[in-house]
Amino acid sequence: MAEREDKNLISEKEKWQNSVNKALSKFPERKEKFETTYGEELKRIYTPEDIENLNYSKDLGFPGQYPFTRGVQPTMYRGRFWTMRQYAGFASAEESNKRYKYLLSQGQTGLSVAFDLPTQIGYDSDDDMSDGEVGKVGVAIDSLEDMEILFNEIPLDKVSVSMTINSTASVLLSMLIAVAEKQGVKPEQLRGTIQNDILKEYIARGTYVFPPEPSMKVIVDIFEYGSKNLPKFNLISISGYHIREAGANAAQEVAFTLADGISYVDAAIKAGLDVDVFGNNLSFFFNAHNNFLEEIAKFRAARRLWAKIMKNRFKAKSERAMKLKFHTQTAGSTLTAQQPMNNVVRVALQALSAVMGGTQSLHTNSYDEALGLPTEESATIALRTQQIIAYESGVTNTIDPFAGSYVIEKLTNDIEEQAMNYIEKIDEMGGMVKAIENGYIQKEILNSAYDAQLKIENKEDIIIGVNKFETDHEPPREILKVNPEMELKQKEKLKKLRQNRDNDLVKKNLDSLKNAAKNNENVMPFILECVKSYATLGEITNVLREIYGEFNESVIL
Amino acid sequence: MDRRIRVVIGKPGLDGHDRGAKVVSRALRDAGMEVIYTGIRQTPSEIIETALEEDADIIGLSILSGAHIRLCEKVIEIMKEKGLDNVPLFLGGIIPENDIPQLKKIGVTEVFGPGTSLNLISTRVKEIVLGKEV
Repeated sequence: MAEREDKNLISEKEKWQNSVNKALSKFPERKEKFETTYGEELKRIYTPEDIENLNYSKDLGFPGQYPFTRGVQPTMYRGRFWTMRQYAGFASAEESNKRYKYLLSQGQTGLSVAFDLPTQIGYDSDDDMSDGEVGKVGVAIDSLEDMEILFNEIPLDKVSVSMTINSTASVLLSMLIAVAEKQGVKPEQLRGTIQNDILKEYIARGTYVFPPEPSMKVIVDIFEYGSKNLPKFNLISISGYHIREAGANAAQEVAFTLADGISYVDAAIKAGLDVDVFGNNLSFFFNAHNNFLEEIAKFRAARRLWAKIMKNRFKAKSERAMKLKFHTQTAGSTLTAQQPMNNVVRVALQALSAVMGGTQSLHTNSYDEALGLPTEESATIALRTQQIIAYESGVTNTIDPFAGSYVIEKLTNDIEEQAMNYIEKIDEMGGMVKAIENGYIQKEILNSAYDAQLKIENKEDIIIGVNKFETDHEPPREILKVNPEMELKQKEKLKKLRQNRDNDLVKKNLDSLKNAAKNNENVMPFILECVKSYATLGEITNVLREIYGEFNESVIL
Repeated sequence: MDRRIRVVIGKPGLDGHDRGAKVVSRALRDAGMEVIYTGIRQTPSEIIETALEEDADIIGLSILSGAHIRLCEKVIEIMKEKGLDNVPLFLGGIIPENDIPQLKKIGVTEVFGPGTSLNLISTRVKEIVLGKEV
């Protein structure tokens, strides 16, 4: 029967090919070549021939079962929707706290804290380096005092908190633990995620402080401390998001993210941690870009490949440790300043691909983000977009609806294969840290970014409102602006804090931290003590800077 | 002009998103100019130091964090101190349109917002340098 069907397919396809040839002679196709973002030619049509080696139980299986291609939970969104976690934070802790309460009142189900750049890089608000940047792209946090205000009246045993913080993750996590304690919430009750992914900072986002080696050491410290004390907390969010924003294509996004993941698992195993224990506290973060089909395939490919890596390379035995759980954010870099309302549609399509791809958590961008920070109105529309997909579209009522689609399965295979090839190449170079140090990854990403921009310039790729269907002049819109006085107030607050705290205790705790860092001990308990005595983020980071040194990138063009 | 146009691209402030700075640098280079990119997190003085050393014909800044007005003020102040008032300065990144008049007033020659084509940027940079519009 199957054989007869195959023969039939071949002869029918020949017939169709003839009709295609006829059509082409009259009407040429829109482009000579249609390509994926990773440079493979996209066929005119996909048929069972393209996936004839696909073995359902081996390559797909069922949701919640190895290799998790169809999802990490057995019932997925039929049980519970993904966490709607809008990334937010600006100006002061007071203002951000207000925005969080507003978003929660509008049905958001988790928090995601955006910190300003000084906080991300370990400078206090009154540091010279912070001039002009305080409260701009996120909230300014200088000490535990600010963190107490940030989570005022937000029950940390009920609301999960994600924090986009990397080089200073150990300090901010300690502040979260300390605030929770003040609320009467034990560390083991805390749910959430810290980004804590330093490798992608060297490649793509730039908020590193220390060189790679000590950075990796602190991350392992956090794993060790966290897997004992914070069992419900994701201690890292291995982030492809920024790698994609920097210009990587879909296959590179998977490849470099999982290669970073491999480095963290390697480091943790070397430090004596059990892959079956800390493996469960890992999470990932991906981008949802424009190409709808390719993106769905990307999420499925990443999940399958990670499961294989954990099982075969790291010999994990626990299925929980093999599951790639991920947060998704729609692609900020695809938003246009031209005709900004079009971004509502872009975001909806990107978010839909993330849902079809089985995400556990989602941030939808606001339409005005190519111009500035979201206003309350634009942030609400972004949240509503997720809610409409969840409650109205019907795509959440059955699991992994695109499985078995010839093109989706083929693209899933292709992305997995391309990513694996990259990972092998990186292995040959001696791992991700080496590949970053020699500039290979940065160069690959820049080449993709430049190619993508040239395709837009040549109109090979169309961006509505930018290189097609442009309109003349559009009226400027209302943009959220951070009041410059906020920076002065924050500095004033910090001055008062330094006057009112027990400075002898602060000094004693900072000295203990310094000794611990020097002696290669786990720094987490010492940072926690510093934080509790209201040592500032800058003071703590400076102690570590002194011991670990600072990283200077070599510029690659 | 008997030599290639020399452009210094700087990224002042703490923001590390430098896709734009790098892609523009490459495009200017492909358009025949000599480009020196300083890398991320440079202070205004460091950028001007590079511009002096490299004898830059024009300086470009990339800023996405919203700190553009404060940072441009600082850069221009140092340019004046160092006698670089005659070197034009252009700016790219996430710059709200409403801020452009103020930026021009403090001495920024040209502002390229999101979605500007590379071709337009390299054409304008050449025009500015060759016409010495300051």
